[in-house]
Amino acid sequence: MSTYLGMPSRRVQEPSSPIQGVRDFPAAARQALGDSVLRRNLGHATSVIRGKRAAVVGEVPDWEALRDSAEAIKTETMARLPELLEQLEANVTAAGGTVHWARDADEANRIVTELVRATGETEVVKVKSMATQEIGLNEHLEDEGITAYETDLAELIVQLAEDQPSHILVPAIHLSRTEIREVFATRMPGVDPLLTSEPRALAMAARTYLRELFLRAKVGVSGANFAVAETGTLTVVESEGNGRMCLTLPETLITVMGIEKVLPRWRDLEVFLQLLPRSSTGERMNPYTTFWTGTTGHTEGTTGPDGPKEFHLVLLDNGRTDVLADEVGRAALHCIRCSACLNVCPVYERTGGHSYGSVYPGPIGAILSPQLTGLTGDSVNDSLPYASSLCGACYDVCPVKIDIPSILVDLRARHVEAQQSRTGLRVPSPEAVAMAAAAYVMRDEKRFAAATRSMRWGRPFMKDGHLRGPLSSVMTGWSSSRDVPTLPDQTFREWWAERESGGHGG
Amino acid sequence: MATVGEARTEILRRIRSAIGEEPHVPVVPRGYRTEAGYDVDVLRELLTERLQDYKAQVVACGDTREEISAAVSGVLVEHGLTSVVAPPRVVVEWLEEPASGQQVQVVADDPEVSTGDLDGVAAVVTGAALAIAETGVIVLDGDVWCGRRAISLVPDVHVCVVRTDQVVGLPPEAVARLDPRRPQTWVAGPSATSDIELDRVEGVHGPRTLVVVLAG
Repeated sequence: MSTYLGMPSRRVQEPSSPIQGVRDFPAAARQALGDSVLRRNLGHATSVIRGKRAAVVGEVPDWEALRDSAEAIKTETMARLPELLEQLEANVTAAGGTVHWARDADEANRIVTELVRATGETEVVKVKSMATQEIGLNEHLEDEGITAYETDLAELIVQLAEDQPSHILVPAIHLSRTEIREVFATRMPGVDPLLTSEPRALAMAARTYLRELFLRAKVGVSGANFAVAETGTLTVVESEGNGRMCLTLPETLITVMGIEKVLPRWRDLEVFLQLLPRSSTGERMNPYTTFWTGTTGHTEGTTGPDGPKEFHLVLLDNGRTDVLADEVGRAALHCIRCSACLNVCPVYERTGGHSYGSVYPGPIGAILSPQLTGLTGDSVNDSLPYASSLCGACYDVCPVKIDIPSILVDLRARHVEAQQSRTGLRVPSPEAVAMAAAAYVMRDEKRFAAATRSMRWGRPFMKDGHLRGPLSSVMTGWSSSRDVPTLPDQTFREWWAERESGGHGG
Repeated sequence: MATVGEARTEILRRIRSAIGEEPHVPVVPRGYRTEAGYDVDVLRELLTERLQDYKAQVVACGDTREEISAAVSGVLVEHGLTSVVAPPRVVVEWLEEPASGQQVQVVADDPEVSTGDLDGVAAVVTGAALAIAETGVIVLDGDVWCGRRAISLVPDVHVCVVRTDQVVGLPPEAVARLDPRRPQTWVAGPSATSDIELDRVEGVHGPRTLVVVLAG
């Protein structure tokens, strides 16, 4: 298996989806890099959140033990997924809920639409949810004559601006307070025209606007952070209280959840509820966490009926089983959507979330999106595994220890193979030829020694980190974004041999 | 939806084919702390510090019914709250004595107060199921002291009475004591958002003011 560590430069036009853009990463990134306001907003936001996370993670003496547990629980979950989903279904059903299964985005959207239709309502309030973004639920509902109101502040900003989210946790991270004020002043019904750009004033404007909506809404739509198989309990983690409003006040609640979000035991939450808030918002605990089990109308020991009378859980596949089939890549399904990897990524910090063309941006998006859509050898998402310098910061902060750099390298290899099988190997790409040649040379010690000695003949063709002469035009795709190291007079092997024979000590 | 069973069968088939016949199931290591071992003074201090850090107000008082009632009244007066909703049990225990020098309208949530009417009530008084010191969390679980979730959500001020013997050190201690079948809300400070330039603003849709009366 050969592994290409460079960056493909093809541009392909394909129908876009919430997890696949219209342009490949290099093309989108080039444009983003030219936007100095975007880079300033992102640089500020990611450095603030990195500092907050580091401070609260530093407080926890058993952080690594928690990460080890989380990783094992997720591995166990994937290995036991069929029985855990069946157990979850049985427990949700026993507690008065109804479970639905959706093979893909279309099926999930149809199920939710029919459930909303059955209530006779034409509007729903929504809690921020990556799963419903992934399937494009809001757009689908709109086509069906149902208005979906996003109630998370950042989602509301993005929705009013008719923009796209650019971060998993803070979808409007690319917008400054001044830009947000403009969006509210021009697009929020009934807003005070004298609204200032103070974050508090903007948050209060959202409170006033959404209050009436919360109180009248009959249908809530949410995602779920976790679902416990042994009890049928679902959990949503949030900050503003919009989640509590949507999960508590409506008569009907519809939750769309990826099949990988299930956990075996109630006890497992003690691990994830410590890891998630500290990794995500950099808080010891997020302001509000809601747990509910089916419909909670007849729970022993409580004061009486509490929350929605009807509860529907939609279990979503949408490419997850394809990801699961890959032994290396399946760890991407362990993700708990904390977004710590985005905040530490030098590539994300400079290019922003939109460059990834998917609702899952950053390092986790670079391994998840192409696996969900499939590495075909000619898809724009094929470029995502290359959107990384492989520095490893994402792995260090990941609360469930997803080895993102290794998966990126694995996906690069799979991309090259997909490309080869698509082209039928008739015309091998230049990098495939170069890598095959390198592999031949490096397999044999003598060949390798001879090859490194001969490298010194290349010195006249390099200057100031750039190629000169005939090679420069052939290699331009590679060398335009990379410095070529200056070649030394002597190879390491020659230096070592000389040192061992007492020449000099270096 | 005639395809429901079909989709279920198909997804389970895909999963089984993806993970293979006998996938390796790891044993989950639990090397993290499950008991903090703090004494009651440390628990009280730590909970207070952590709640205050996230902008909750903490009022300490003795653990008798009279002392708690007086502390709750004091909070209502201090914040100028003229109407309050509470679970019936809380009304009987802590809200029978009218707050001194102020007319407070007390509404027991029995029969259930409508959502619209809750929006017109200034405050809610509840007890708690327990509290977690290290993370500054109070947990409501729908019992006779906590009431329905809606009453502790819609009013703008939440006064929550926590007894010191309800305070545990760590999340694992809390999870072990809680009943997952009950609807739960874990609360760490008043509602907040960091969605605008990651600048934290306290008070969005949930109660904008959280006062914890720590008894004992």
